[in-house]
Amino acid sequence: METPVEMQFDDPAQQREASALGMWTFLASEVLFFGGVFTGYSIYRWKYPHAFAEASHHLYEWIGAVNTAILLTSSLFIALAVQALHTERPRRAWRLIIATLICGLAFLSLKAVEYWMDYQEGLVPGVRFDASKFTDPAPATLFFTFYFSMTGLHAAHVISGLLVLTVIGITLRRATDPGKYANSLENGALFWHLVDIIWIFLFPLLYLIGGPK
Amino acid sequence: MANIDGAPAVTDYLQTGWRARDWFLSTDHKRVAILYLLSITFFFFIGGLAATLIRVELLTPPSNLVSKDVFNRLFTMHGVIMVWFFLIPSIPTTIGNFVIPLMIGARDLAFPKLNLFSWYLFSAGGLFTLGAIILGGVDTGWTFYTPYSSFYAHSAVVLVILGIVVAGFGSILTGLNFIVTVHTMRAPGMGWFQLPLFIWSHYATSLILVLATPILAITLLLVGIERVWQYGIFEPSLGGDPLLFQHLFWFYSHPAVYIMVLPAMGVVSEIVPCFARKHIFGYHFIAFASLAIATYGFLVWGHHMFVSGQSPYASLIFSALSFLVAVPSAIKVFNWTATLHKGYIHLRTPMLYALGFIGLFVIGGLTGLFLASTALDVHVHDTYFVVSHFHYIMVGGAVMGYLGAIHFWWPKMSGRRYPEGWGIFAAILLFVGFNLTFFPQFLLGYGGMVRRIAEYAPGFQVLNVMSTAGASILGVGYVLPLAYLLWTLRRPPDAGPNPWFATGLEWQTSSPPPKHNFLAAPQVGEPYDYAEMPRDIPWS
Amino acid sequence: MTGGPRTATLYWTAVALGLLLGGTVVATEFLGRAGPTVNLVIAAVKAALVAVVFMHLRWSSPLQRLFAGAAFFWLAILFALTFADYLTRRA
Repeated sequence: METPVEMQFDDPAQQREASALGMWTFLASEVLFFGGVFTGYSIYRWKYPHAFAEASHHLYEWIGAVNTAILLTSSLFIALAVQALHTERPRRAWRLIIATLICGLAFLSLKAVEYWMDYQEGLVPGVRFDASKFTDPAPATLFFTFYFSMTGLHAAHVISGLLVLTVIGITLRRATDPGKYANSLENGALFWHLVDIIWIFLFPLLYLIGGPK
Repeated sequence: MANIDGAPAVTDYLQTGWRARDWFLSTDHKRVAILYLLSITFFFFIGGLAATLIRVELLTPPSNLVSKDVFNRLFTMHGVIMVWFFLIPSIPTTIGNFVIPLMIGARDLAFPKLNLFSWYLFSAGGLFTLGAIILGGVDTGWTFYTPYSSFYAHSAVVLVILGIVVAGFGSILTGLNFIVTVHTMRAPGMGWFQLPLFIWSHYATSLILVLATPILAITLLLVGIERVWQYGIFEPSLGGDPLLFQHLFWFYSHPAVYIMVLPAMGVVSEIVPCFARKHIFGYHFIAFASLAIATYGFLVWGHHMFVSGQSPYASLIFSALSFLVAVPSAIKVFNWTATLHKGYIHLRTPMLYALGFIGLFVIGGLTGLFLASTALDVHVHDTYFVVSHFHYIMVGGAVMGYLGAIHFWWPKMSGRRYPEGWGIFAAILLFVGFNLTFFPQFLLGYGGMVRRIAEYAPGFQVLNVMSTAGASILGVGYVLPLAYLLWTLRRPPDAGPNPWFATGLEWQTSSPPPKHNFLAAPQVGEPYDYAEMPRDIPWS
Repeated sequence: MTGGPRTATLYWTAVALGLLLGGTVVATEFLGRAGPTVNLVIAAVKAALVAVVFMHLRWSSPLQRLFAGAAFFWLAILFALTFADYLTRRA
């Protein structure tokens, strides 16, 4: 039960190592990608601490917390799925992948509801923004610009992750030898975990800097 | 055409299929390299066309050939195309793609399909950018400084940004491919210190590609978001800081210049030992210097911002670090020179380009030190001094390295030898034309002519005319290789596996190589073992 | 992939992550000004747990760990030198 060795590789071990290193290199680039916008956010947070704290108060902390819990659980599920495939239990792996996908969809649904509520509240710069809510509207606008950009980019990565895991899952389900896709599932799982890690940082940085409600 | 061991001819990679899908769906690294070669040559001439118009306009002080607005678009598109669609891909995607698997004795890169995908990303990005040109181009300068680019420019900024981001993603994947390949696919017996220095350079380049390019992507995306939704991210009236853009932009764009020059340094490290018939001097120093350049290069970006309003203390730190980054480059120059010393020098075309690189890179690099000095930079920032500095490195350095590489590996890639007489003539012409174009620009800049202007004070005209005259010679120098290299394709591939009697595994297979590179496993030995090679390189 | 966590390890890690999430909420409610800093530390611990256990870094080759670490190290360069400008302006 092993992924067939491609032409350029000499043996399965070399292929596995290359696959893992390749995925980690890609993840490194994603860390830098998000890191850029985190840096920008941090600079402005440092520059406008009160305005940012005040703006953060308008976010729905409980949605953020529930979403964090959902993503952490989904990480558990996909990690279990990888383990299941490695211990030759493809049906269990498939069920766990479905569980991960459900978590991901739940995350996106909550996010959509949250965005809608933000819109109703007038927190979307350039679209519907109620400047009267804020002592200092300009940095508040900055906060929300970063909020929507960062969570939007993150959501785009959640969607990509879900698509990738769906494709891998379906391929697994229909394969006569699911073990061939162990590498793919591992790589897909690594991407999903990264998406989780990014949210782990997003949650406190965006939602919790305002202090208690 | 018989193979290296006299066995009957095997189909080489050029002959295995000529339908469209055999080229556009081929994951063979050698074919992908050729695809890139065609694309970047195309973009080089587009960027060169913009340069031509710029130099013709600058023949006279008033802006009479084109309007000032059009001039802004010309220098912007020249910069955007030359940086992202020529220089950054050039050596890595054409020469690197072709030669890296051969040099390590592999059948292909680690991820051949990803390699082809990178080319499609590059091409898509290029199409977006061409679209932007058709829509009138962009006028922000290749540096996209905000808030002009995000709020006030009336040009196809978002389209160009998309083009750069998509192409950039392709370059990240290329870097990823190289890194994994070098780590996992070396032939048995080939440790890190048996690798050619070309590989070390490309590994270092790939580190930068993977770690810096994502910052460019997010920064340009933020500019795009700002522009499309009119958010204030870098706009002062909305609380934003234009300097934040500059920090993020230059965090990528300074290491980017090392993406452009490190591969050329790798080329020089291959050419010099071969044409001096001598082991490279200081292999380990050059290898570690490549890594040092790649890492230190991330610490100096603020030297682009000395007069921007950045804190003087930060400027101080960046200035000191910028002086330090010159050290590993200098180490390489010393080692190449020591390699030449008491070597048996053959002044063939690749060697002329390599020697040109060394001299012109030294001038460019030294003038970089001038710019790293904050006090002096206040005087010459945004003048032609800076323009000349970076053209000495980008053109005098990187482009010469690229042309040297093309000539050195042309027999391997095409199986044909280029006409040496024409090669030498073009190289000399290029060297003369280059210096005539860009040396006057140091004087112009120091004398006070600022950059990015279509209209200048009459006192600067003489030097500008010299510069344009040089540019026309330079142009001829570029067209000549294109012409004679294409012309070589009319002959049958009879170069033989190792026309330069060079060391390196790529020379142990036929020219051109078969599809999977080696028919027999290549012999791994110590690199640059020229003592074991004949002293004379035959002329033809 | 050479090694990997046992199932129990995966579950315990998930429990730890949940507790840390709870800790974050508590810290926000009760720690006032120190809250954001504590939260960031907690986030770092959570990220490390996901990386080391779920992403198998504990059982990976040193090279993979180096790659993972390198990304954050480079990010730290961006942070540090950019802040060096802002923190020393109009000093």
